[in-house]
Amino acid sequence: MSTPTADETVTETTTGETAAGHSYDASDRLAYVERFPDAALIVRLCFLVAFGALGLGGLFGVIQALHRTGIYRGVVSSADYYTVLTGHGVLLALVFTTFFIAGLFTWAVTRSMDRPLSSIRLAWAWFALMLLGTLMAAVAIVAGFFPSLGISADVLFTFYPPLQAHPLFYTGAALIIVGSWLAGANYFLTYREWRQENPDARIPLQTFMVLTTMLLWYLSTIGVAIEVVVFLIPWSLGLFEQVDPLTMRTLFWYFGHPVVYFWLLPAYLVWYTVLPKLAGGRLFSDALARIVFVLFLLLSTPTGFHHQYIDPGIPEGFKTVAMTNTMMLLLPSLLTAFTVVASIEHGARQRGGEGRLGWLRSLPWEKPAFSGCALAGLMFAAGGFSGMINAGMNINYLIHNTLWVPGHFHLTVGTAFALTVMAIAYWLVPQITGKRLRNRSLAAVQPYVWFGGMVLMSNAMHRAGLAGIPRRTAEPEYNVADASFTGVVGGYQEMRIQIAIGGVLLFVSLLLFLVVMVNTWRSEKSEQLRVDSRIPDPLSGPEHGPRVLDNLRLWIAIAIVLVLLTYAIPVGSLLADGVFAPGGPTVPV
Amino acid sequence: MEIHRFERLWLALSLLLILGITGTVVYGATAEGIKMVDDSGGTIDAENLQDTEFGDPGVRKVGENRYDVYIVAHRFFFDPGTSQPIEIPAESTVTFYVTSADVVHGFQVADTNVNTMVIPGQVAKLTVEFDNPDSYGIICHEYCGSGHHSMEGELDVVPKSEYNATEASA
Repeated sequence: MSTPTADETVTETTTGETAAGHSYDASDRLAYVERFPDAALIVRLCFLVAFGALGLGGLFGVIQALHRTGIYRGVVSSADYYTVLTGHGVLLALVFTTFFIAGLFTWAVTRSMDRPLSSIRLAWAWFALMLLGTLMAAVAIVAGFFPSLGISADVLFTFYPPLQAHPLFYTGAALIIVGSWLAGANYFLTYREWRQENPDARIPLQTFMVLTTMLLWYLSTIGVAIEVVVFLIPWSLGLFEQVDPLTMRTLFWYFGHPVVYFWLLPAYLVWYTVLPKLAGGRLFSDALARIVFVLFLLLSTPTGFHHQYIDPGIPEGFKTVAMTNTMMLLLPSLLTAFTVVASIEHGARQRGGEGRLGWLRSLPWEKPAFSGCALAGLMFAAGGFSGMINAGMNINYLIHNTLWVPGHFHLTVGTAFALTVMAIAYWLVPQITGKRLRNRSLAAVQPYVWFGGMVLMSNAMHRAGLAGIPRRTAEPEYNVADASFTGVVGGYQEMRIQIAIGGVLLFVSLLLFLVVMVNTWRSEKSEQLRVDSRIPDPLSGPEHGPRVLDNLRLWIAIAIVLVLLTYAIPVGSLLADGVFAPGGPTVPV
Repeated sequence: MEIHRFERLWLALSLLLILGITGTVVYGATAEGIKMVDDSGGTIDAENLQDTEFGDPGVRKVGENRYDVYIVAHRFFFDPGTSQPIEIPAESTVTFYVTSADVVHGFQVADTNVNTMVIPGQVAKLTVEFDNPDSYGIICHEYCGSGHHSMEGELDVVPKSEYNATEASA
């Protein structure tokens, strides 16, 4: 191996960390693809599907931004807007997220336990199942543009019955979930093999994060799996006359809130384990990272009723319990804010940063892997505050189903997750392909364009929501009623323009990302990478935390108890008047 | 396990924030009497609304300055609300009963906190006070099909003195 070339390595090897006895060696420059070629192939394929979904979902997004603001309504009719909206939600919130996470977790598990996947055939099986599900759902959605086909799935991401989609849609969605379960099994089986060889060792941090997140995923997807497999698929095939819309909503939101932590925790995995290193330092505390993931496992699921604060048919007491649990969930995120910022500051000081805030200038803002993660974290803080408003039970009356809500989740899943994904791809894709990153100057500006676009779009969406402007509509302006929206802060026209410009900037940023990815992917393999894969040990290692943190059986047992306490009575009373009652007429879309 | 003193301070402030936010909600629920939409409206057969109070939806006077308003959400209109505005007098306490004849809808009186999901089989019940004459837009804020964006209505709060004429017809 030749010596590292004069590129990014220069800053990364002069962090001062070498003095602490963590010298870099040439093997860190070897691509992940050389060590785990089979797993790397799976990761690449997962990322390929994820980025394809991101591109198409983003295209749908910019069409929506222009359509609903009334800037340009020539791409689709207002009736077809909902086909676009369904595609945007499913492709981004289900396909992009699940595939990227499956790939990222495959990398994290194999890398941190330093062993290949337990069964590569199982990996192929889950990937194929998820891909098949994606194709089925995509066909059902896109067919909505062609009425003559008689297939439609214009039911949006939440598919509330009694609006009824084609069975292909529900079956596809179910296969994606089942595929992700098998991916989780793959991680757990790999962990079991590792455990047999390392009976007394602490679970490597990244593996710990993957396993707790997958436990959360298993616990929470039970709700949507029952909804789709037991009720909606048979109903869409005509086996049942009707389903109970409120019971279906309750099952959906049992899954629908924890799913946001399934998106968020992989971003946390990156922020805890990779971002400190990208900043030039090390993670502050291993034990606190584990505590945060355990808290998410315990508290994420018994919160779903906070999406149903203004649903009739659910007693106020259960909504209050969900609110309390939701507010407690702020704690692990606030702890994360502290740990991540402290780790970054440590990195900046290693790089020579000084002063109370002056250290911020010493961070590698020109490197997109760092800047993207840092900006994503900053936006997540803003999203966290708007989330507190959503979670405030009676405050929710003001903003429920207004544009405030998509304003909020474009900061969370739309930036905290999506921008972190793009940022870490600049660091990870070279490792899984063995190719150097291309178009590095485009990559360097891309996170800033995303940030700027999101600042415009999201702030205006929040304010529009306060003015009562609804979400999920092709034409938010009044057509029939003699009324108008009065802005609480700012004017209607100004918000409209900001949303449209923001949406276009986000799409430009997405195109920049895809150009970098495509050109990187198509380039020749490189002997030696610019990135180095080594992740330094935390300042305070796992030995400083109690061993009970690694007791996954204990945590999942407590999580199940909390779910039963929260859901047993209300679900029991929903089902008491008959599993399918009160029903309603079936309305195919 | 050692926790840095800055982190202890941060932890304390975080807990204070959580208690504070929860406190505002508790204050709203107790001191201001903001009640959540709940199961008090009961359930209903969405396919047989004609035999219920919703068979003849509209405004009913139920007491001194007290009115009940029955509204049925259909794809893609509110009955009443869309083809004719809902009219109620100022300085009144109004209880809305809203249900759906078909799919899930939303019922939001823009610029107020009158906001509920409308779910087939369930009756949403909300009681609010309207102090001053004003005109409000009503919005369906849950996707209900290809004509969802045209589903709107109007609520007119008229001066008490002007209300009697319409009251008779309600």
